[in-house]
Amino acid sequence: MGVTSKKKKGKVRWSNLYSFSCFRPSTLEPSAAQELIGQPGFSRVVFCNEPHLHRKKPYKYPYNNISTTKYNFLTFLPRALFEQFRRVANFYFLLGAVLSLVSLAPFSRASLIAPLLFVVGISMLKEAVEDWHRFLQDLDVNNRTVKAHDSNGVFVDKLWKELRVGDVVKVNKDEYFPSDLLLLSSSYEDGVSYVETLNLDGETNLKVKRCLEATLCLNEDEEFSDFKATIKCEDPNPNLYTFVGNLEFENESSYPLSPSQVLLRDSKLRNTDYIYGVVIFSGHDTKAVRNSTRSPSKRSRIERKMDKIIYLLFSMLLFVSLVSSIGSSLFLKHDMVDWWYLQLQGNDDKFFNPSKPVKSAFLQFIRAIILYGYLIPISLYVSIEVVKVLQAMLINKDVEMYDEVTCKSVKARTSNLNEELGQVEMILSDKTGTLTCNQMEFRKCSIAGVSYGGAVTEVDLAASRRINVDFEACDELSTDEFDQISQSYEVFEFSVSDFSTQKAVLGREVTDNTNKGNPRLTKAEHKSVIKGFNFRDDRLMNKNWIHGSNLSDITMFFRVMALCHTGIPLEDDKNNKLRYEAESPEEVAFLIASQEFGFQFCRRTQSVIVLKEFDPYSNMEVEREYKLLNLLEFSSSRKRMSVIVCNEEGQIFLLCKGADSIIFDRLADNGRTYEQATTSHLSNYAQDGFRTLAFAYRTIEAAEYERWNTIFTQAKTTVGHEREQLLEEASEMIEKDLMLLGVVAVEDKLQKGVPECIDKLAQAGFKIWLLTGDKRETAINIGFACSLLRQDMKQFHLTLSREVESKKQVKAMKKDILHQIESSLRVMSNKEAPFALVVDGKALEIALEGDVKDKFLQLAVNCASVICCRVSPKQKALITRLVKQYTGRTTLAIGDGANDVGMIQEADIGVGISGMEGMQAVMASDFSLPQFRFLERLLIVHGHWCYQRIAKMVLYFVYKNVAFGLTLFYYELYTSFSGEVLYDDWYMTMFNVMLTSLPVIALGVLEQDVSSDVCLQFPALYQQGPRNVHFRWSRIIGWILNGVVTSLVIFLANIYILSPNAFRQNGHVADINSLGAITYTCIIWTVNCQIALITSHFTWIQHVSIWGSILLWYIFLVLYGALPPDTSGNAFKVFIEAIGPAPLFWMVTLLVVVVSLLPYFIHIVIQRTFYPMDDHIIQEMKHCLRDDHHNEMWLREQRNSKRSTHIGFSARVDAQVLSFTQQLHRKKKSIYKSVTNSPIYRSMTSSSSS
Amino acid sequence: MTDASREEHTQRETAFYLFTQQRLPACKPVLTPAWVITIFLFTGFIFIPVGLVTLRASRSVVEIVERYDAECVPEPFSIDKVSYIQDDSIPKNCTLFLKVNKYMKAPIHIYYQLDNYYQNHRRYVKSRSDQQLLHGQKYQSTSSCQPVEFNNDQPIVPCGLIAWSLFNDTFSFIRERAKLKVNRKNIAWKSDREHKFGKNVYPFNFQNGTLIGGGKLNPRIPLSDQEDLIVWMRTSALPSFRKLYGRIEEDLDADDVVVVHLMNNYNTYSFGGKKKLVLSTSSWLGGRNDFLGLAYVFVGSSSLILALVFLLLHLKYRRPYGDTSYLPWNRKSLSG
Repeated sequence: MGVTSKKKKGKVRWSNLYSFSCFRPSTLEPSAAQELIGQPGFSRVVFCNEPHLHRKKPYKYPYNNISTTKYNFLTFLPRALFEQFRRVANFYFLLGAVLSLVSLAPFSRASLIAPLLFVVGISMLKEAVEDWHRFLQDLDVNNRTVKAHDSNGVFVDKLWKELRVGDVVKVNKDEYFPSDLLLLSSSYEDGVSYVETLNLDGETNLKVKRCLEATLCLNEDEEFSDFKATIKCEDPNPNLYTFVGNLEFENESSYPLSPSQVLLRDSKLRNTDYIYGVVIFSGHDTKAVRNSTRSPSKRSRIERKMDKIIYLLFSMLLFVSLVSSIGSSLFLKHDMVDWWYLQLQGNDDKFFNPSKPVKSAFLQFIRAIILYGYLIPISLYVSIEVVKVLQAMLINKDVEMYDEVTCKSVKARTSNLNEELGQVEMILSDKTGTLTCNQMEFRKCSIAGVSYGGAVTEVDLAASRRINVDFEACDELSTDEFDQISQSYEVFEFSVSDFSTQKAVLGREVTDNTNKGNPRLTKAEHKSVIKGFNFRDDRLMNKNWIHGSNLSDITMFFRVMALCHTGIPLEDDKNNKLRYEAESPEEVAFLIASQEFGFQFCRRTQSVIVLKEFDPYSNMEVEREYKLLNLLEFSSSRKRMSVIVCNEEGQIFLLCKGADSIIFDRLADNGRTYEQATTSHLSNYAQDGFRTLAFAYRTIEAAEYERWNTIFTQAKTTVGHEREQLLEEASEMIEKDLMLLGVVAVEDKLQKGVPECIDKLAQAGFKIWLLTGDKRETAINIGFACSLLRQDMKQFHLTLSREVESKKQVKAMKKDILHQIESSLRVMSNKEAPFALVVDGKALEIALEGDVKDKFLQLAVNCASVICCRVSPKQKALITRLVKQYTGRTTLAIGDGANDVGMIQEADIGVGISGMEGMQAVMASDFSLPQFRFLERLLIVHGHWCYQRIAKMVLYFVYKNVAFGLTLFYYELYTSFSGEVLYDDWYMTMFNVMLTSLPVIALGVLEQDVSSDVCLQFPALYQQGPRNVHFRWSRIIGWILNGVVTSLVIFLANIYILSPNAFRQNGHVADINSLGAITYTCIIWTVNCQIALITSHFTWIQHVSIWGSILLWYIFLVLYGALPPDTSGNAFKVFIEAIGPAPLFWMVTLLVVVVSLLPYFIHIVIQRTFYPMDDHIIQEMKHCLRDDHHNEMWLREQRNSKRSTHIGFSARVDAQVLSFTQQLHRKKKSIYKSVTNSPIYRSMTSSSSS
Repeated sequence: MTDASREEHTQRETAFYLFTQQRLPACKPVLTPAWVITIFLFTGFIFIPVGLVTLRASRSVVEIVERYDAECVPEPFSIDKVSYIQDDSIPKNCTLFLKVNKYMKAPIHIYYQLDNYYQNHRRYVKSRSDQQLLHGQKYQSTSSCQPVEFNNDQPIVPCGLIAWSLFNDTFSFIRERAKLKVNRKNIAWKSDREHKFGKNVYPFNFQNGTLIGGGKLNPRIPLSDQEDLIVWMRTSALPSFRKLYGRIEEDLDADDVVVVHLMNNYNTYSFGGKKKLVLSTSSWLGGRNDFLGLAYVFVGSSSLILALVFLLLHLKYRRPYGDTSYLPWNRKSLSG
């Protein structure tokens, strides 16, 4: 191990590549913060390499295991029970169960307690299972291993959870840090390490961490055998960017520590072979864990509305109970005293005490509340929970949402938001890792005014295809519109032919693509060849560029590409190609591209860069050395980077790459040869969403360089505030009079299927906002790439102007922003064009404050797409919250990194991308997807289904409980409100638990209004959810009324038919038991048939559950009746002996079922026939989809259903089609003109006219 | 063998796969106008004949209902009926003359009907002990029988309010001087006789208290044979109810006059309840009740009317099946 590390150390020290950073600001001066050590809040003491000292107080710190579980073995029962009984309904039933113990209740104890136990038990089981999964996930994390120092310089594998503060660990490349570490040394000699903090803040560029000079020597395993040091530092806190502490090491000298020595948990070691570090904070003390908040429990809209329904039913219950108790007391006072058979006088029956009517009435009231409890669907919650778990299971199992690459599938992490997926209106998306793969591809370039890499974009292709389709469609139209068509016919013909000529010009590549029909496919094939390089142009490939004109510019261009960077090569065995690592993925793409073009960057030392160049004159590969004189670093304010190199001939070049505007400003007058052509290429590239960089160079005379170099060196060695400025000025001096070479376009590679997905989502009516921490240019690029932005859109930019920003006056900033917003709003009210809003993070900060907020949101909501760039994680969450509050719409936030956690937790639904390695977003999310594109299916198919299912299910639940519960009340009217129940206790217990639960669960899990294909073909169907057509109050009230009607029909029909006459041929009359059983049978039949009427999708499961439930009732009745009479009581043999053989029983059942279903049936008949809903029509269309005519109709409707959206791929295609046709129209006119003006034409026309 | 089992296995797997992919074969009924009309017509054509048959059965039942509670109180007591019924010294004999209007075929069921009598009152219904009825005095925890549980510190068998308030009017029927044969056996459910009322349980200490409720029981006859009690103890569901008293096992011809000698013992006067005597034949549907038949006919004819109305509406406002103009995107384009 030691040998390999030494070998690696021979390599370049990265830090030295940066000329600016060779003079590091001194860390030895004690700053004010350092004096805080030892004070409260800064009292932590860590004994490095002596973890055993941390086993005892006062230095006992927690182990490094984390737990995100809600409960543990001890707290589960009380906490889970508390959670359960926080629900109104459950608490009510608990009350009922308690009362049943004191003989107040009208039912037996078991029949009250059993369902409650069942319901609560299932819910708690679900909680336990979910928590168990969290536990397993924690276990997985906690059981990762890391090399930790054991003793005598030996490092052994240790589980993460067993790490203690003070442990020395060795973390290898691409591993996560197990806890917050103090960096001691790294594989690089100067103790630098590169850290990826994607999981913490979402930033993709690597961060440099440096160890203290004092600990540099600790870079071997053996060094740690007797290493001892003490760290005194701040207490655990969630602040990611600060750290205060000092290290006492070797003869008690104290070194101050800064955040740059601290490696945070959940970040990852990159580009560095290994590091050594000491654990400072472990487990729950780490900054990452401190930063994470418990995900709030979210409830869906339907569930919140369901609470209101419960309140409504509860008030109904109170009303009915009140009526009962008043009725009871009136009877008691006036009539009951005369009923001698009750022996009321002189008895102290507390319910019927004529001398204390008020008390009796009160007790009756309580009893009635329990009695009519069936109005409140006790099992609703549990059924919904069961259904949601099953729904979640089906979502998880969907193979259409399985990602083969990562072998992950969609996961519904919390199942209680399934139906909310069907009501989403706004999608707030993160960029990096969510839409893009954080991987750059070299796509196109323009060298010396010539664009390479194909000019036809997918949009163009799709547009041409669209035109073809329209053209064919026109062909099929009937002839009576002939005149009109013939005109457009020409246009289309024209466009198509024109397009094919264009294709011919562009060469093989395009035709290949069109022949295969799927450009994406070819692209995917290509990708497998070279990662990061998606370029094909025969003029440049295979060294063909040597035949081109401007050869010197082309070679220079490639040199810029190969020399102006900070990357380093890595060996790669296969066919002499190298792999590269650099600070940004763009640079890697450039290096790979230049290697492909024949300028292989193969070695670099501190001062020399070696290229293997293909020499066009000798047709040979030659190795050339370039002396690296200076490197002018890239920074976000400079937006450019330059290197000054000296070639073998001693010529000095300044090679510069940077943002086009910056470069164009610094061109020499004779360097603008290609400016015009390049600019037009630039705009094309930008429209396609590529990130562009301009390349330029200049030759520097040796004398000039020397002069400049002294100034620059002086600036570099200056200490103090003016250093930056001096450096800036120095670089300005040399970066001028550039010669433009060209531009390159790299694609921030979108994840698979993202544009299509966004397109579908746009058609389904979602608004998509892009929130990214990246800079504005990148954000806009991606906006274009995923069709959120288009050239013909009116873009509003909200930014703080430089002057205002520098003054830092809040008032001025506010005024500025307000002004911008108002002017945008004015523009908006005047114009029809689609609008896009691009907001900068700083501007957003102002815009989200107090009074500006409303105006801003008004503007933002009316824009077709909104892009927020440079936003902090906190702002993301804030935007989400404000949008949620302001618009009242359901929001979905999707992201992949820890920086999205706030947003994910704040949104109504949080979705995490699980494809990446980071888990924070996933842990905080409600759903995790391996790929962004699965969002389409998740929302449009599963969301739509789940919404419908849950809505139907809740309504049906309300219906069935009202229908059943009210019969109990009606019966009270006939028993002088004495509280007697018509049904046996066990019938009632069975009602919700067994006899009606399965069909409703089947409905909730399997119901489909339309199949998944249809959902995807008609994304507009999704709008049912956001418009909430299935769960409006009118519907809810309708179902309650339906329940009332049903209960009336059932009750009245039964008592009028079965009383007082005999119901059997042998003269027996129906007593309370027979009447109860018959009425109850009618209820079971009716509610189960009702659900059959609601169901529109019958698989065998539905059939079994519906008809099985009815059958189960008879089976139950027979079995229960067969039990000995002391168990079955009044139900003894009630079916076999009494009601079963009676024809009247069966006839009553038939009549009652038909009559009580009739109102609903008439309602749906009228609705379906005269006011059909979207899904009804689609069902009908699907139903008659047999012949070709209907197929045609199907396709036509599919086309029609595509809403004219402002964003998305198809919108762009539309725009492109429009511009094509306009262009062609113009062209046609000009041709026509030229033809008509031509002498031949004239002569022909004149001859024909004469 | 293995092939078959493997095949079965894969089949099961695919079924499960189809389930998880929510692609199980399903029937998706669509309510088309044709279906609607068919359903309504079908309902109509089923329900009307059924209703007519039912109605016919109900009409074939001959029923004689005679209220006697008021008539059987002698003139002098008509103001204070309660004191009459509570005075044991006054004979309670009463005679009714029932005219048979139509031929009644044996068996003719004899019912007594009580109105405004809340046998379904909760306090009343619960006041019994099924265990005691089955096991007799052996069974001692009879607290549910409150307030008729003990008398003179002796348990009462059968205990409870229901038994205590046993109906005790008696009827005898005479036609043309000859006593009609009334069978008072088999009026209770067989299961009650055999499984709920003990064969070796004899009434004990019954109606011995200060408050006498209803009828007395012969202490030498076991409860399982006391069919009047068994019938009475099957509490009725509604405050107006009939209970079987016995069956006349001779046919009655039209214009026959049946003389009923009854003992008007039972007190319904204190709470204004009515007592009626009912003689009724039965059909396969039971007693006479036109409601069911009428309901069937009504529902059937309503469905026919609905079918017609719907047909007319459908013809007038015909919506083509799967009419795409109703789809939201098309609708939007119509409205602009």
